[in-house]
Amino acid sequence: MAEMLLQVRNLTTRFRTEAGWVTAVDDVSFDLAAGETLAIVGESGSGKSVTALSMLRLIPRPPGEITGGSVVFEGRDLCQATDAEMQAIRGNRIAMIFQEPMTSLNPSLTLGVQVGEPLVLHRGANWAAAFAKAGELLGRVRIPDAQARVRAYPHQMSGGQRQRAMIAMALACQPRLIIADEPTTALDVTVQAQILALLKELTRETGAALILITHDLGVVARYADRVAVMYGGRMVETASARDLYKHPLHPYTRGLLASIPRLDAPTGQKLRPIEGQPPDLARMPAGCAFQPRCQVAQPDCTATRPAMTEARPQHWKACFVDAA
Amino acid sequence: MPHDPPLLSVEGLKVHFPVHAGVIRRRQVGAVKAVDGVSFTVRPGETLGLVGESGCGKSTTGLAVLRMQAASAGRIVFDGTDITHSSRAALRPFRRRMQMIYQDPFGALDPRMTVADIIAEPMIVHNIGTSRAERRDRAQDLLAMVGLRPDMATRYVHEFSGGQRQRIGIARALSMQPDLLICDEPVSALDVSIQAQIVNLFESLQDRFGLAYLFIAHDLAVVRHMSDRIAVMYLGKIVEIAGRDALYARPLHPYSQALLASIAIPDPELEASRPQISVTGEVPGALNPPSGCRFHPRCPRAAAVCAREEPVLRDLGEQAVACHLV
Ligand SMILES: Nc1ncnc2c1ncn2[C@@H]1O[C@H](COP(=O)(O)OP(=O)(O)OP(=O)(O)O)[C@@H](O)[C@H]1O
Ligand SMILES: Nc1ncnc2c1ncn2[C@@H]1O[C@H](COP(=O)(O)OP(=O)(O)OP(=O)(O)O)[C@@H](O)[C@H]1O
Ligand SMILES: [Mg+2]
Ligand SMILES: [Mg+2]
Repeated sequence: MAEMLLQVRNLTTRFRTEAGWVTAVDDVSFDLAAGETLAIVGESGSGKSVTALSMLRLIPRPPGEITGGSVVFEGRDLCQATDAEMQAIRGNRIAMIFQEPMTSLNPSLTLGVQVGEPLVLHRGANWAAAFAKAGELLGRVRIPDAQARVRAYPHQMSGGQRQRAMIAMALACQPRLIIADEPTTALDVTVQAQILALLKELTRETGAALILITHDLGVVARYADRVAVMYGGRMVETASARDLYKHPLHPYTRGLLASIPRLDAPTGQKLRPIEGQPPDLARMPAGCAFQPRCQVAQPDCTATRPAMTEARPQHWKACFVDAA
Repeated sequence: MPHDPPLLSVEGLKVHFPVHAGVIRRRQVGAVKAVDGVSFTVRPGETLGLVGESGCGKSTTGLAVLRMQAASAGRIVFDGTDITHSSRAALRPFRRRMQMIYQDPFGALDPRMTVADIIAEPMIVHNIGTSRAERRDRAQDLLAMVGLRPDMATRYVHEFSGGQRQRIGIARALSMQPDLLICDEPVSALDVSIQAQIVNLFESLQDRFGLAYLFIAHDLAVVRHMSDRIAVMYLGKIVEIAGRDALYARPLHPYSQALLASIAIPDPELEASRPQISVTGEVPGALNPPSGCRFHPRCPRAAAVCAREEPVLRDLGEQAVACHLV
């Protein structure tokens, strides 16, 4: 087995809220090899973004805190790193593309300054060189008239253009690991295909690894090597992309695959969401988090929390029920 | 149905953003022609899908219809009234009837307000609901409708995930009981199950109250599911407008064809066996749009005439298309 670039073990993050402590990420573990693409999918609010933010130690404290686990990147546990060490890693060895561009782009700085800044910060480039490189990077993410628009401010760009500016920023220092949180939600399919192809090309060229957080199962099918499914802060299934679509084992994963609007379905048909409410993180059931909504739950599902077990070769699930 | 007067009629809409240069003496050096002569109608109870490449002018079109963005030219007629130049006061009654779900949920929600207040605020502005308690109840009902727990009403926006915020924006827009809802990527941050729930909610509101939608989205499966008709935009212009089934069965404009061919299918084996066609070539900017047909530099079928003359949108019965070769 290849040397692992990243090993996440038992990562747990909680927030203090009015309703008490909520565990947004609960005992999450996974590995990632260089050059590999892992997709993290799961319901809205299931802890995908908090997992990514925890890995980079970007959880606001208070109200949040990482209460346990380790994130070993290039042999070093990031949970033990100093703030200065983290600053040297972020935007440099590990780059994050955030889910909401407007929360991470500075509205009062031009795109050129923001995209060029990592080069000045981490590579000792001078501003003139960084500015030129910024124009080039904006062109690579297919922003039209890129050299002219390095002077534009975020509010002068369309939603998808802002998202691509964030991607350009992340690529500036040729990171070893790119964490992309819904990187293409604001993009139409043609630009989406180009941007994801660009990210994939980078993983091939430079051996960078990619964590792709997305709810677009079409994107997962096309670009991911492996998939991890999250539910209620926990990882409930992980497998190669191929095996997951062919043999989804966890009832939540099955429900997810069944609720996709399909282009080959007759029109006028109602979509089929998974019945029931998402779990209340402040009042999690003792057993399986999905049990209250599960069609095939059995008595032990309410009592004990299922652990991840290898149900098929390289295919793990956290579920007691035998998926026939 | 075709004889219903339109609820919204947009004619020749243009939105140009001036581009300046010079630090000491600012002068205009050009304009981003974000929207450049767009016309369409939306009938009561109808859904018009609006699709197209990132940056082609979809959000700007939506904002201009709401008069949140000034039009450089053209007319916006809502329910028989020309509102293109209406004063703020004259716009007020229309503001309630036209609501928008914004593309950037975080930017649109005030971080200092609780979710209950965010949803109730437009009700206060427009005098809907008599008492505080009534508005609070309504806010909680709306939260439940978008799949959030009513007890979340007392929390602040930063405590929510991306998809949860998007649904807060939807609840806020619905609180006004509008006649026209402009949805700008309303389900882009949602996982497929919640997306299905929201799409079903949009449809049932349409069935019950005759709500009309201008539905901007890049997920073509969702657009197909929601829309009666679909307009395809490219670089500030509508290149094709057609009934849903006609467009998906037989897209006529080369750009529509490329767009439909680049959808990813949620099945790795099918995906691997599919040729990956995509629109290649440099993305031209709205700053210096190409001559003639704006798509011609990237069009696989472009002929000499395409660089020379701008094609007009021609009505072919079921479909209208702006292409010299159709
Ligand atoms: N600052 C906070 N305070 C309290 N709760 C929080 C905070 N940040 C996140 N949470 C909660 O943690 C849970 C996980 O959030 P997260 O953002 O990771 O979800 P997600 O899986 O990324 O969802 P989405 O697909 O909607 O973006 C959510 O239920 C959210 O409400
Ligand atoms: N305030 C502004 N000043 C200058 N240019 C602008 C401004 N707002 C938008 N633009 C430009 O106008 C064009 C259309 O933008 P718009 O936001 O309407 O695109 P869109 O179709 O919604 O794209 P997306 O799918 O990425 O959201 C883009 O090229 C954008 O950069
Ligand atoms: Mg998220
Ligand atoms: Mg937009």
